[in-house]
Amino acid sequence: MRLLALVLATAALAGAGCGDDSEAGSGKRPRLVVSAASSMTEALEACAPHFAGANVRLQFAGSDELAAQIRQGVKPDVFAAANTSLPVELHADGLLSSPVEFATNQLVLAVPRDSEIDSLGELARQDVKIAIGSASVPIGSYAREALGRLPAPQERAILDNVRSNEPDVRGIVGKLTQDAADAGFIYVTDVEATDGELRSIALPPELQPTVTYGAGVVQGAERPEQAERFVDQLLDGRCADALREAGFRPPPR
Amino acid sequence: MSGVAGARPGAVRGAPRPAWFPAVLGVALALALTFLTLPIVAIFLDSSPARLIDALGEPAALDALWLSLRATAMSLGLILLVGTPAAYLLATRSFCGKSLVITLVELPLVLPPAVAGIALLAAVGPSGILGGAVEAAGVELALETAGVVVALTFVASPFYVRQATAAFASVDRTLLDASRTLGASEARSFLRVMIPCAMPGLTAGTALALGRALGEFGATLMFAGSFQGITQTVPLAIYDRFSTDFDSALALSAVLVAVSAAILLSVKLVQRSEALGGAAG
Repeated sequence: MRLLALVLATAALAGAGCGDDSEAGSGKRPRLVVSAASSMTEALEACAPHFAGANVRLQFAGSDELAAQIRQGVKPDVFAAANTSLPVELHADGLLSSPVEFATNQLVLAVPRDSEIDSLGELARQDVKIAIGSASVPIGSYAREALGRLPAPQERAILDNVRSNEPDVRGIVGKLTQDAADAGFIYVTDVEATDGELRSIALPPELQPTVTYGAGVVQGAERPEQAERFVDQLLDGRCADALREAGFRPPPR
Repeated sequence: MSGVAGARPGAVRGAPRPAWFPAVLGVALALALTFLTLPIVAIFLDSSPARLIDALGEPAALDALWLSLRATAMSLGLILLVGTPAAYLLATRSFCGKSLVITLVELPLVLPPAVAGIALLAAVGPSGILGGAVEAAGVELALETAGVVVALTFVASPFYVRQATAAFASVDRTLLDASRTLGASEARSFLRVMIPCAMPGLTAGTALALGRALGEFGATLMFAGSFQGITQTVPLAIYDRFSTDFDSALALSAVLVAVSAAILLSVKLVQRSEALGGAAG
């Protein structure tokens, strides 16, 4: 009982601390809520504190989950997804402004640093355990799209080795760094973010899907002007620079 | 127990309550009731019975239900097998460091599921401190059903052990002494006297552990992953459907609510029969 009280008290203090930080540090600055795909975590955390005019509160999860929240009436100011189809669908349903393409990414095969796997072909071996994104998440559908361009028996053999359909990129990275899985499909930027814990193996160009990131302002956002400025500087500004630094490439022109 | 209960009415009678106080109590209860029941009622209002039956017809949903039931049953088996004698020891012996042991056993009760997932990976995950030993024993936990059972057991067992310890501690010791005087060994007395006498408490503990195991989400996802029929339990299937098929997620949620409500109800019934039995005895 005493322990429980101690834990609760600690949690309360920690919670209070967080609240103070975001409010007190802000003075009277407005708050801008940005829902972004997990794969942008490092880049946006680096640039968002420098955003002028508003305190940016970043919310990371699988793009599909964030889109589902918006459909359920959750109203962030900005939605930045790891694909263009989710923003386009939300726009078609009147829930998002016309989306902007702001970055591209590369799908890669990721393995733990000391893994013996060196090529995509080895994933068809019987004892290989693969973690990929669930079919509903962009990272999962890109992986399936890439594998779909392989000869059917090879695609089959690889998909048969899938042991976990993770709800977002972080789940796949965790399974790989903890050696629970031998290989996974993630973005090249995710591999770079692990600081050498994971190694990336480039996919043959003919398999590479087009991974374009799209963002828009959520309809009914509390701060539409600031939201628009945030989207603009994803394309050209401090966050665009942070994205390039994290390994993202500029959007197609 | 009866002494404490007997003292209460006298103390209340001494101080007349102001009239506004019962109103505050009533409002507080109404607030709590609305807040706690509204989301659950919404699950059922938002999904039609037809849609619910449809969703349950999906192979993935059935796989998830079947896996949840299997994994929960296996982890309950382990919990009862190990937790019952452990709780008996905690309830009947006093030894140095006992309260530390009890605190450690109860610690998972207050751990966030994500911490449980990380902790299990660090301990028995493939690159955890005992990962090599687990592998040498030919057991695979990560990304396998066995890993789900381990995760459920870790988070659910304290609920049972805690309740079972209390149940054994409240059994009248003269019954045990009588049994021993009549020549029964301690093992026999444990099986024939202590367990039957503590049964209502053990049942309640089992139900609590069952409810916790059925609802486990975070530790399972982090430690065991998510794969249909192997590691995707009902809560994971609900999360997987959340973004693509909200109706189906609602339907599976409704099933979980129904099962959990049935568990809670059976605990209440057991406790009531215990109370009646106690009064009769």
